[in-house]
Amino acid sequence: MTEQRLLSLTGVCKSFPGCIANDNIDLDVAAGEIHALLGENGAGKSTLVKIIYGVLRPDQGNIRWQGKVTRIANPAQARTLGIGMVFQHFSLFEAMTTLENIALALPPEDPEDLRARLQETASAYGLALQPDRHVYDLSMGERQRIEIVRCLLQDPQLLILDEPTSVLTPQEAEILFETLRTLAQEGRAILYISHKLEEVRTLCDRATILRGGRRVDDCLPAQETARSLAEKMIGRKLRQVSRLSSNDSSSSVHLAVSGLKVRSDLAHGVDLTDISLEVRAGEVLGIAGIAGNGQIELMGALSGETGSPMAGSIRILGTDAIGLNPAARRSLGAVFVPEERIGHAAVADMTLVDNSYLTGDTRMNFSHRGLIDWPAVTRFTQKVVQNFDVRTTGVDALASSLSGGNLQKFIVGREILQQPSLLVVSQPTWGVDAGAAAAIHEEIQRLVSAGAAVLMISQDLDEVFLLSHRIAVISQGTLSVTTPIDEVSPEDIGLLMGVRHEVQPKVDHVAA
Amino acid sequence: MLRLEPRSTQSFAAAWLSPLMALVLTVITGGVIFLAMGKDPSTALYIYFVEPLTTTSGLSEVAVKAGPLILIGIGLSFGFRAGIWNIGAEGQYIAGAIAGGGLAVFFYESESTLLLPAMLVLGTLGGMAWAAVPALLKTRFNANEILVSLMLVYVAELLLVHLVQGPWRNPQGWGFPGTRLFPDAATMPLLFSGKRVHLGTLITLAVPFIAWFILARTRFGFTVRVFGSAPLAARHAGVHGHRMIWQSLLIGGGLAGLAGVIEATSTIGQLVPNISPGYGFTAIIVAFLGRLHPLGVLLAGIAIAVTYIGGEGAQISAGLPKAVTSLFQGIILFYLLAFDLFTRYRIIVSSRATE
Repeated sequence: MTEQRLLSLTGVCKSFPGCIANDNIDLDVAAGEIHALLGENGAGKSTLVKIIYGVLRPDQGNIRWQGKVTRIANPAQARTLGIGMVFQHFSLFEAMTTLENIALALPPEDPEDLRARLQETASAYGLALQPDRHVYDLSMGERQRIEIVRCLLQDPQLLILDEPTSVLTPQEAEILFETLRTLAQEGRAILYISHKLEEVRTLCDRATILRGGRRVDDCLPAQETARSLAEKMIGRKLRQVSRLSSNDSSSSVHLAVSGLKVRSDLAHGVDLTDISLEVRAGEVLGIAGIAGNGQIELMGALSGETGSPMAGSIRILGTDAIGLNPAARRSLGAVFVPEERIGHAAVADMTLVDNSYLTGDTRMNFSHRGLIDWPAVTRFTQKVVQNFDVRTTGVDALASSLSGGNLQKFIVGREILQQPSLLVVSQPTWGVDAGAAAAIHEEIQRLVSAGAAVLMISQDLDEVFLLSHRIAVISQGTLSVTTPIDEVSPEDIGLLMGVRHEVQPKVDHVAA
Repeated sequence: MLRLEPRSTQSFAAAWLSPLMALVLTVITGGVIFLAMGKDPSTALYIYFVEPLTTTSGLSEVAVKAGPLILIGIGLSFGFRAGIWNIGAEGQYIAGAIAGGGLAVFFYESESTLLLPAMLVLGTLGGMAWAAVPALLKTRFNANEILVSLMLVYVAELLLVHLVQGPWRNPQGWGFPGTRLFPDAATMPLLFSGKRVHLGTLITLAVPFIAWFILARTRFGFTVRVFGSAPLAARHAGVHGHRMIWQSLLIGGGLAGLAGVIEATSTIGQLVPNISPGYGFTAIIVAFLGRLHPLGVLLAGIAIAVTYIGGEGAQISAGLPKAVTSLFQGIILFYLLAFDLFTRYRIIVSSRATE
């Protein structure tokens, strides 16, 4: 590694109305290093990289690029300087091909020349791409490769990646890491933002940790543990969460699904075929899988939001639930946490009290003959906020004013306080910071030890292995066999998750 | 250089200031227009906006005009909050007048005290029936309720014209289109002799408070609010989408129909081809001017009624054209929508000295 500083930030400040996003931040990135930027949600990582990429301008402070003080006015200038960025949310047109998407982002050139350059760059870095496939047809990993290749075609000296592995299987992530290491060896610098501390430990040379808009620490990730990194991020000791011992198999079945067949009502949705599973009292069944493999459809079918399935049965605590709407299923003893917080689990422009009433009405008897008992709802909401440590200005705050982690704590708390016998939860800690994630995990476990059954759909394998007693994998709308957690490794599960990507695209699927 | 940035929180004050600012700017713009027409702006504006409120008969007229606007506006605000765009209230109003008024046409010699209540019920049902068509087509075939409800306005208008010129025409009416005059038993009692303000106005005044209670305190009102702003969350809560479409259209249609029959049994006293000066369309402005809040709709209905009465006064005493009324209503809506932008966004002035 050379000692030359490619990028050097000194005293960068940026404030927004009501918050200081970056407070006097220094950051040095050297050529040839993979530099991690760590911090909880709201720590100021995004603001900082947006400043580096020219999306935002700092209120104060200096940016030195290759030793010279530079003003980065906009992303176009950043790219000209040699700074590339891959955002967490891809900016690709689904209806266009890989090649077309790349051509759109570059200065005009002959498509055949571009195709040749594309193939060359892609193979040089081990990034398999098929230029003529449409984006809607591609997995998240493949889409990300398009974004990366698009950056690489502009020969960047610094590549910024925001949460790149959140959508990848372990195998896809491993391919990405190889690519990043190759890039670093060529002398390019990589600024790597991630929540996943294990991968930061193995991949990154140095790490800068932000908390509350300030730089709190610099460290060598290889010399830290995931736990110590997490504690630096949240600034206090992390509560230890460990899996509960597995329950005996004689306890009663709280959710039984058999032969479930569902036609998706989404545009690029996935149909469910022949899904069968059982969740017993006192256990967590984890369903792993990459997003977009039928998780949304499964959640909809279980909660009763998407009408009747084409075939199969769903029994909640022994009662046939087919044809029952979500409220009726709640009165049977089930509660649901869908993956989308805003607009699905909660209404953004309503208060927390309103949002408590949203799902709490049935089980908590908040309304009598159609009249709502708002004082009771308010008391319930106060209890959720207190018991689950939801940071808010008050129960009358709008849901949209809470950070992602706090809103998720509120939503999970709202369901758990209803004392369900069955919790069906999807992506419980997606986009949630480490502290809130640990708290949510702990609450789920407390619910399970109290005798409830939990079905957890998650694409975070660490989470699935942390909490589940048994595990199954959903892929292309089918569910693998359920296996006790002690009998599988994350790698086995990763392979099952990626089943689709092992199939050569030219081979048609045999009709089921 | 100016650009818009979404506000992090919606300002409560801005939400209520924007209709007020819209009104103020409408008055200013109106003054400029009067000036351009060669009228003295201050006199014209006085006749338009102040005079109606200075006499008891003016106030009575404002109340009479505001009645249907408020009733329809309240009904529409339920649908608009739920994201159901019923813009055919004009047709539902006419259908209500036909259904309720038809009873008086058939029992034109009745002296029963039950006649008027029965007409109000039938009128409400008539408006509901008219609104049931878009509801049925939307829930069955996913037909766009905006188009269906709008087209049904013209059907209702033509049906009314057909009835009052044909089967229901007054035999003693010298061939003019129009039914027999309703009997006393089918006419709204006046509240004060010599003024046109009537019992129906009191019914109208009660409705915003009932609507406010429903929205704030009942499960149904809550689901209306959720359904409009987050349909997925409403489904998550167990709200049945089709039922919500039916309910909100029936409420809008029912109240429009009630407004229609109240109008027919009060100020008009018979069915004639033009029983509405566009109340059903103006009520859309009223609903939004009132921020879809029942008490806001009450105030907005009164404000718009002033423009109607003031417009009449301006025609008579200032010689201004009738179109001025529609012009003012259009200007109000224009400014309201413009100010709405600022309740959700704010303007950022950024200097781009260097590039």
